[in-house]
Amino acid sequence: MAFTPSKETYAGRVYAVTLGTGDRAVTVGGENVLPFHSFEGEAPNRPLVAMEIQDVPPSDWPENVRKAYEGVSDDPVRWATFCQDKLKAGAIALRLIGTHPDRENRSAEDAVKTVKAVLAAISVPLIILGSNHAEKDTSVLLAVAEAAKDRNCVIGKAQEANYKTIAAAAMANNHKLIAMSELDINLSKQLNILISQMGFDKEKLITDPMCSALGYGLEYTYSVMERIRLAALTQNDVTMQQPLLGDVGMYVWKVKETQAPESDMPQWGSAEERGILWEAETAAALLIAGAEVLIMRHPKAAEAVEKVIDELV
Amino acid sequence: MALSGVEIFKLLPKTNCKKCGQPTCLAFAMKLAQRQATLDSCPDVSEEAKKILGEASAPPIRPISLGTGDKAAKMGEETVLFRHDKKFVNPCAFAIEVKDTLSDSEIAGIAEQVMNSEIDRVGQKLRIDAIMLSNASGDAGKLEAAAKAVAAKAPGVPVIISTGNPQAAEAAIKPFDGKKPIIYGADASNLEAMAAVAKAHKATLGIAAKGLDELCALTEKAKALGIEDMVIDPGARKAKEIIEMNTLIRRAAVKKNFKPLGYPVISFAQRDGGLHEALVASVGVAKYSSIVVLSSIDKWKNVALFTLRQNIYTDPQVPMQVEQKIYNIGEPKADAPLFITTNFSLTYFIVSGEIENSKVASRLAVMDSEGLSVLTAWAAGKFTASKIAQFITDSGIEKEVANKELIIPGYVAILSGAIEEKLPGWKITVGPREANAIPTFLKTRA
Repeated sequence: MAFTPSKETYAGRVYAVTLGTGDRAVTVGGENVLPFHSFEGEAPNRPLVAMEIQDVPPSDWPENVRKAYEGVSDDPVRWATFCQDKLKAGAIALRLIGTHPDRENRSAEDAVKTVKAVLAAISVPLIILGSNHAEKDTSVLLAVAEAAKDRNCVIGKAQEANYKTIAAAAMANNHKLIAMSELDINLSKQLNILISQMGFDKEKLITDPMCSALGYGLEYTYSVMERIRLAALTQNDVTMQQPLLGDVGMYVWKVKETQAPESDMPQWGSAEERGILWEAETAAALLIAGAEVLIMRHPKAAEAVEKVIDELV
Repeated sequence: MALSGVEIFKLLPKTNCKKCGQPTCLAFAMKLAQRQATLDSCPDVSEEAKKILGEASAPPIRPISLGTGDKAAKMGEETVLFRHDKKFVNPCAFAIEVKDTLSDSEIAGIAEQVMNSEIDRVGQKLRIDAIMLSNASGDAGKLEAAAKAVAAKAPGVPVIISTGNPQAAEAAIKPFDGKKPIIYGADASNLEAMAAVAKAHKATLGIAAKGLDELCALTEKAKALGIEDMVIDPGARKAKEIIEMNTLIRRAAVKKNFKPLGYPVISFAQRDGGLHEALVASVGVAKYSSIVVLSSIDKWKNVALFTLRQNIYTDPQVPMQVEQKIYNIGEPKADAPLFITTNFSLTYFIVSGEIENSKVASRLAVMDSEGLSVLTAWAAGKFTASKIAQFITDSGIEKEVANKELIIPGYVAILSGAIEEKLPGWKITVGPREANAIPTFLKTRA
């Protein structure tokens, strides 16, 4: 019997969003098919892996990922250029974790200095993340958005509690914005609507439905992403057509499987390779579910993800 | 396409005799459509209706067992494309390739790794499910010898014999007679002979095609030869092809009930690097492979792949639960903090992970709340002061701790007074609302 494949054509399309400026600007999204389904439609842009750096040394990262940045991670500028030039990262994600009141409690002015210095040193797009302290992020992100004006950065994360100020700051300074909600397609849609109602262009948003690590709720993120993407494509829902973000490294490098030494868990094998794979596999699963932008920590995990993307596009 | 309730109803006797246990034929038809009833319950259904309904109600992807006994892996029976629609049914099997060019001791080594690959995660036993014995030598005698070695060293482990040579297949299959092996490698050049071997040994036939058109032609032909159980390989090797072909196969099977592709899919992920291989295998796990063949066993790779498979195949409607008990985190002394939370697996993982991150050895009392998270369990009356008090009392933890202090989740701060009343002598402390504040919470206590 001859086989007629049932190809799907969808009404909707993911917004194509450009990050950064100049030669190294990157566009993500733009597809009108499910992830890596180019056999039935268009998927013009490759997913983007951004390497994560911090404004303070990564003392809270496990040894196995920290040592990959030995000698550069005590200075955000050196760290950023290392990622851009040595690791060939397509983008940098600078997390201003040191501004958290329970951490170094760095001021907004300190954060501005760091952001300016990093921006002066790199040409790839920069994602600027707060410390995930809703209140502090408001003042920090407001200041750094202005300092990074017109570099077309991605600012994040705007959440229900603080989106107004952060969205206004991103809008005033021509940045893209990450809208984050907690593992619920309806909350995600609602936040996108609230932010667009402020006059923020919905085509400049990136949706973060909240990441989870392999073995620690990955299936929730996976299914929320899949459902958001299906709503975007099959229902042509314009409030769900933003590219999706997986903030992978932060969630992965705190679970037991990325830390426990082989001597504690002989059944789990080599801790170093296990940690790298844990991050890479979390990232790969989210790519298949619909993520277009990944934030990752370990160079080898990112390299492996790029390699599997080569095989997927 | 599966029939709707009304379409099924038209084929039933419409006598409303209730012998099936349903009040009306229409109600029975609806149950049939939802696959909650089977046609045997109706004593009066016509032969013609049986035939039509039998074909329509057969699972769109044929259920097949790989191997027999307690190590058997079930395959097929899938009904949906997306896991949020309905649980993916039979987790894909991982098979390790063993080439017949290896020495006996190398084969024994791999067999031992397979036998010892089982790990426990959230109460499930996960392991490498099968061995694929491949005829890399091209020599029938070598394949036969390797088959004997595998049968001896990995007893009970399901086997896939991979060869395009029917004589080699015939020679190698003997040790697995009656154990539901797969003979993989039937193509246009050898289909009849391979089918004959599979039939003689009641094995599943593995079809190796180049593309979906050829695959359909081969399964149809094998079916005409009397082969019912097949696994299918559309020839996808690159990750992109695995997604494309597996998607088209799954769509054809579940949306169109297209029988020539209604079989479990076998995918090949063997790569030089273990890390890359694991990621290609992940594509198969997420996208509809029933068997993923790997080239090597590494414990770190196993645990990640097993976990992904468990995540993807979790029932989206039933929360994963952990066992009710008091868990030690680190090596808590008598004066270590004692936390309580609910038994939703994510809640447990996140809370225990944050306690671990704080590096303060603690006890975590996990109470059965039917898999609900803290707030939901509280709202549903499953995480109440009296139930918490009862659990703490019954646990006997009182004898092991120096200070009778219980740290409750910040979201149920409202319960603290009531728990104190019901647990005389205990101090109830309100902990943080979110788990990520636990390290700071513990630091400020110290």
